[in-house]
Amino acid sequence: MIALIGLITLTLVAVAAIATVMATNLFVASMWFGIFSLLMASNFFILDAADVALTEAAVGAGVSTVLFMGALALTGEKEAIRSRVSWFPMAVLGVLALALFVATFQQPMLGDPMAPVHQHVAPWYLEQTPKLINIPNVVTAILASFRGYDTLGEVIVIFTAGIGVLSVLSFKPKGRQSVSSEALAAKVRGVQHHSILRVVGKLVIPLLMLFALVVQFHGKYTPGGGFSAGALFAAAVMLYGILEGADRSAKAMPEKVMLRLAVFGATLYTSVGLVCMLLGGAFLDYNVLWPDPVVGQYFGILLVEFGVGLTVTTVLVMVFNAFANRPTY
Amino acid sequence: MTLLGLYNYWIFILLLIVGLYAVLVKGNYVKRMIGLGIFQSAVFLLYITMDKVEGGTGPIMQGVPEPGQLYANPIPQVLILTAIVVGIAVTALGLALAIRIREEYGSIEESDIRRLDHES
Amino acid sequence: MMGTIFDWLSGLLLVAGGFFVLVGGVGVIRMPDLYTRIHAASVTETLGTMLILTGLMLHSGWELATFKLLAILVFLLFTGPVSSYALGNTALLGGLKPELGEQDPPKEGRES
Repeated sequence: MIALIGLITLTLVAVAAIATVMATNLFVASMWFGIFSLLMASNFFILDAADVALTEAAVGAGVSTVLFMGALALTGEKEAIRSRVSWFPMAVLGVLALALFVATFQQPMLGDPMAPVHQHVAPWYLEQTPKLINIPNVVTAILASFRGYDTLGEVIVIFTAGIGVLSVLSFKPKGRQSVSSEALAAKVRGVQHHSILRVVGKLVIPLLMLFALVVQFHGKYTPGGGFSAGALFAAAVMLYGILEGADRSAKAMPEKVMLRLAVFGATLYTSVGLVCMLLGGAFLDYNVLWPDPVVGQYFGILLVEFGVGLTVTTVLVMVFNAFANRPTY
Repeated sequence: MTLLGLYNYWIFILLLIVGLYAVLVKGNYVKRMIGLGIFQSAVFLLYITMDKVEGGTGPIMQGVPEPGQLYANPIPQVLILTAIVVGIAVTALGLALAIRIREEYGSIEESDIRRLDHES
Repeated sequence: MMGTIFDWLSGLLLVAGGFFVLVGGVGVIRMPDLYTRIHAASVTETLGTMLILTGLMLHSGWELATFKLLAILVFLLFTGPVSSYALGNTALLGGLKPELGEQDPPKEGRES
């Protein structure tokens, strides 16, 4: 029965993707992209991946749509229609599709317990997590402790993308006057004539932030963790920016403070690893943080996930403020 | 039975082709970023398809695990969890570049930009 | 016996909720313009969601999951109608005119 629902959701995902690419108005395309991401999130849930579904729903259907809207407000919404169809890329795509289609017949069936991917490392992780780390959520245990070094690299990549956006957008074209965002905001602040939206939105924002904190610190016991919590908290700040005006959200979360907090998040992660080295273990070996190794793992995962959540939140909020407060030239 | 078992992989191929088509053929830079996002989601679908085990639950251990209990494979979920957030950060960087190109050239269509580059 | 009554009741609520959601879907396809479609989708969807969530709450009994479902229900009751209002209001402000039928001419002979 679940397989039938999975088939239907997958077909809807394919339809949404085709509709996204065929739309010529880019606002319509970004709305379809949000629908596509939400259907993907429900598909991930049907395939038993709860953490991934939560993160994809928050990032794809929430944060990503707002960022695309912010960029489209500055670039323009119509796409030029090309008249001639180029055959060389279509031929390349056709050959690629054919090759992949032939290769799928050697793949294991969906859900096969004897597939090679379930044989080597996964049973070891599932057995050793109750003994070595003793937290219920195995995904968080692997993310923060067994494969903690990879996660450190990902946090540094997110931070680099954030400062990349800030440095690209710090250039202003020379010799042109800008319609400043303060002048625009003085005329219409946010969605101020939609009072129903403002009242209900302001009720939702503290609940969303509380939920983000629950997901962050309860990530050892339920699906969640630093990445989902960061995206949810950033979504709450974006909601405030949409309702009250982007200049208010830039004043509430100023860029300098966000930049310093992002640096602090990445540094917290690295310094937990260095403290482990100073206490006699290897880099990011949480066993030495406390006399009892299991409690040491608990503390290590807590601090590391907090660093991750902090960096993700501040980078996404910085990017949103940079897009939304950019004056139109 | 083959249809049900392999349907996920065929949808993955379809999404891959749709995303690559948007990146290769369309001229608008924001449309290309959307196509890249579809391409990324297709790869996520492939990884998460590999983790499902028939009769297993999500990899959250409630209490003492029974000996016969099957769990879904947790490793692809770990990889994709970080990849989703990294993907959105890189998409944001691409959109910032598109904004700057628009401010300098006046449009974000590739044909216009090539023409302006040739003329100058 | 109470268990069986609850099971039957929750099954009935789930089927009724599914029926309303289906009616909403058919309405979105068959209605002529945006405003009637918003009306069809939002009214039936709110009722259908309430019935489905109540059926699930009856099915799970006195567990923690019941309170989580109640919280989801309250949240959806807040945000569902507000989002349809926002959609309709923005469409009206953006200039989309609703398709109206034949209007009666204003009545003559009114002395003020």
